[in-house]
Amino acid sequence: MSVGDYDPYTGQRLTGHEWNGIKELNTPVPKVVWFFLGVTALFAFVYWVLMPAWPLGVTYTKGLLGLDEREIVREKVVEAARQRTWTQRIAQEDYAAIQADAELMQKVRQAGRTLFGDNCAVCHGTSGKGGPGYPNLADKAWLWGGTPEAVAETIRVGINSDHPQTRTSQMLAFGRDQMLDRTAVLNVVAYVQSLSNPALANGPEKDAITAGKAVFEANCVSCHGPDGKGSTEVGAPDLTDGFWIYGGDRQSIFDTVWGGRQGYMPAWEKRLSDVDRKILTLYVLDLGGK
Amino acid sequence: MISELTRGERRLALAVLTAVAILGLALAVAGRGDILAVHGGLIMASAVVLMFFVISGYYAPEPGEERFAQYYDTPTKAGVVLAMIWAVIGMGVGDWVAWLLVYPEMTFDAAWASFGRLRPVHTSGVIFGFGGNALIATSFHVLQRTSRARLPDQFSPWFVLIGYNLFCLLAASGYLLGITQSKEYAEPEWYADLWLVVVWVVYFSIYLRTLMRRQEPHIYVANWYYMAFILVVAILHIVNNLAVPISFGSAKSYSAFAGVQDAMTQWWYGHNAVAFFLTAGFLGMMYYYLPKRAGRPVFSYRMGILGFWGITFMYMWAGSHHLHYTALPQWVQTLGMTFSVMLIVPSWLAAANALLTLNGAWDKVRDDATLRFMMLAVVFYGLSTFEGSFMSIRAVNSLSHYTDWTVGHVHAGALGWVALITFGSIYAVVPWIWKQPSMYSNKLVEAHFWLSLAGTLIYVFAMWNSGIIQGLMWRTYSEGGTLAYSFIDSLVAMRPYYIARAIGGGFFAVGAVIGLYNVWMTIRQASAERAEAPDAPVVPALARSLQAGE
Ligand code: HEC
Ligand code: HEC
Repeated sequence: MSVGDYDPYTGQRLTGHEWNGIKELNTPVPKVVWFFLGVTALFAFVYWVLMPAWPLGVTYTKGLLGLDEREIVREKVVEAARQRTWTQRIAQEDYAAIQADAELMQKVRQAGRTLFGDNCAVCHGTSGKGGPGYPNLADKAWLWGGTPEAVAETIRVGINSDHPQTRTSQMLAFGRDQMLDRTAVLNVVAYVQSLSNPALANGPEKDAITAGKAVFEANCVSCHGPDGKGSTEVGAPDLTDGFWIYGGDRQSIFDTVWGGRQGYMPAWEKRLSDVDRKILTLYVLDLGGK
Repeated sequence: MISELTRGERRLALAVLTAVAILGLALAVAGRGDILAVHGGLIMASAVVLMFFVISGYYAPEPGEERFAQYYDTPTKAGVVLAMIWAVIGMGVGDWVAWLLVYPEMTFDAAWASFGRLRPVHTSGVIFGFGGNALIATSFHVLQRTSRARLPDQFSPWFVLIGYNLFCLLAASGYLLGITQSKEYAEPEWYADLWLVVVWVVYFSIYLRTLMRRQEPHIYVANWYYMAFILVVAILHIVNNLAVPISFGSAKSYSAFAGVQDAMTQWWYGHNAVAFFLTAGFLGMMYYYLPKRAGRPVFSYRMGILGFWGITFMYMWAGSHHLHYTALPQWVQTLGMTFSVMLIVPSWLAAANALLTLNGAWDKVRDDATLRFMMLAVVFYGLSTFEGSFMSIRAVNSLSHYTDWTVGHVHAGALGWVALITFGSIYAVVPWIWKQPSMYSNKLVEAHFWLSLAGTLIYVFAMWNSGIIQGLMWRTYSEGGTLAYSFIDSLVAMRPYYIARAIGGGFFAVGAVIGLYNVWMTIRQASAERAEAPDAPVVPALARSLQAGE
């Protein structure tokens, strides 16, 4: 095949090249291709003239529009903060005043939901209801107190965290550390379970529960209080209310008393602003209030 | 296989394998107490096994002079099979991690089963394992046919193929063990990277040595693309992987770049890996198998040339569009964006040239699933390059970046273009080199085609939806001026799309399994025939020069 032969189907001339049976038509590049090359190149050129584009040694062409992405973002952030007047009210007013203002609380719920979802939901769940090992924040039971100040403090310093003022809580490992023998642990576990379920006290485990009460009085009251109602001083939970962090079935309570517990809650002082933490405090309290 | 090597080549093979085994041993000893030892052992074991293989065939009769009358296709055969095996592994793991995003707890509390370790097994498995082996295999086939010259020797193609697969094995097993540089698509560590450089230099030399002996006046455009692929990937690989190992006894290294320079180098690499590995290489494949299968002349020689130089020139600038609105200076982003926009023209030029080549053969496209694979691949190539240019525009990117839209875009290219053109080419080349009239089952090719199309569409539509929803959720503000949705909210919204994606990906992976089976059965059919073939004549006619059209 030589230059000048035609492809019968298209009527185009062939280039005369052939590779293992593959031939090529000598079709010229269609005009539309040159057109679009021109259009895109023109677009690029205009964009280069208007915007920061080409390097010149240590600087670069700034572009006729003088637009600088970082400057724009900086201005937007300042402007946004100026417009969010409600956050200034959050910063200044006290809890009771904010809680009384329905409109402001609406904003707190909106912002709080996202803040909670991004920072707290991994542990406490999206609805704040917690899960095994993580306390329910939507109930009335508080380990460290349910006043706004107490909750705000918990969020600020965390629990068993690396914050110098962290709240510290420790449920001792009575079984593993051999403070109590196995029978004593079993008895006290039966007793603890009867605290929130008084019907058990007259059941078949009556003796064990009585023995357990003695163990409790000797070992547990210092933290959980004489009637097992807990103490917000040391973060010891109320054992009579039927709310459980680690589970209220026999095995879970046994695991708690045998192996101990030490929940970890990060400190947020350095990670969230004062206003964001205040919003979260209000948000968390609002969960339980419903 | 060994009987195809000359005695000298067998000795060379043993020498090289001994050297590799010693290197592996050295790594294992230097790296004792580190995971490097595992890889040292793996390298040594691979070399020793191959040494036994060479020794077992060492005294087989040497190949005669008549080999010069034939193309050397055994490495291509092996490469095709390896590509299909990697396709099944890579796509299988891909679907696994897709389900992992639906059921994140599916990790059996094992480190190797975590998303971060499995994902690169998927990406490297499909890009390097499947794509790379397919490129090597087809490039050997195309190079010989279009140059009318046999590969220069029998040893170096095997060195490239086996060496390359050793690299893939080190990569994949390393990820599972936790060895990674944490650079996307460049995860393997320094010793694997160095090994790949050696392999790649030999690969390029095969190309040059064959082209120098070509009996055609011109170099076909497919070879231009294959060579651009080999050459540029070498440059990208070397620059992006510049790093200092902690010691020769440690798998860990530190990159030569830091901060925003590191990010820019990485995405200059990453984007050009798309350009020269996933585009140029496969365009080379397309430019041979599509016109050949269609039996039509290439629509335009000039468009081929213009497209080639446009693509090679403009892609080089585009990488910074991966870093819009980041610490990267704005002027670099501008350049990345504008060149990406211009890039659409040469990209569509290549796609148009391919589609117009099919003029006069559309009846074949209708009847022949193999050709239809290639046609559809070109359509997806056009779609995804358009989408790519579109997404590189900063305003669009501010919505699409970091979302599943990007994932959808990548897969429109990876499934729709790269995998389809590869399957089409493999279904074309397998009967040719195994000397069969057709694949074992054309019905299975047809089934594979429809599974691939359905899978790709489900995948891409799911990711478009989820990506755009995600992007919108992340930028929606409440009237109080704070973000309206938390990240978890967007994850919950993604779940149905993740399920759809995993199903679409499942279709595609099942297609690959069918493909492997079909290839395997074709090979069995061929070897059954060979067993029945009559004896060869005592004096074979020695044809000195290779004929076109073989
Ligand atoms: C890493 C998991 C984790 C994260 C994240 C976390 N918490 Fe906690 N949080 C805990 C645990 C565990 C406790 C209970 C500690 C204990 O046993 O005393 C706790 C306790 C609390 C308490 C005290 C409950 C009480 O009954 O007194 C409050 C309030 C609280 N978290 C709020 C938050 C808020 C608000 C956030 C988000 C800014 C948050 N937590 C994030 C794990 C977490
Ligand atoms: C040193 C103080 C201290 C003593 C003594 C102590 N506890 Fe506790 N206990 C705690 C604290 C603090 C927690 C909460 C731990 C956490 O949340 O991580 C706790 C938690 C528990 C819980 C788990 C409650 C839940 O909601 O899941 C049980 C059950 C319990 N204690 C029983 C006992 C019993 C029985 C004894 C005596 C054998 C005892 N405690 C003695 C401090 C104490």
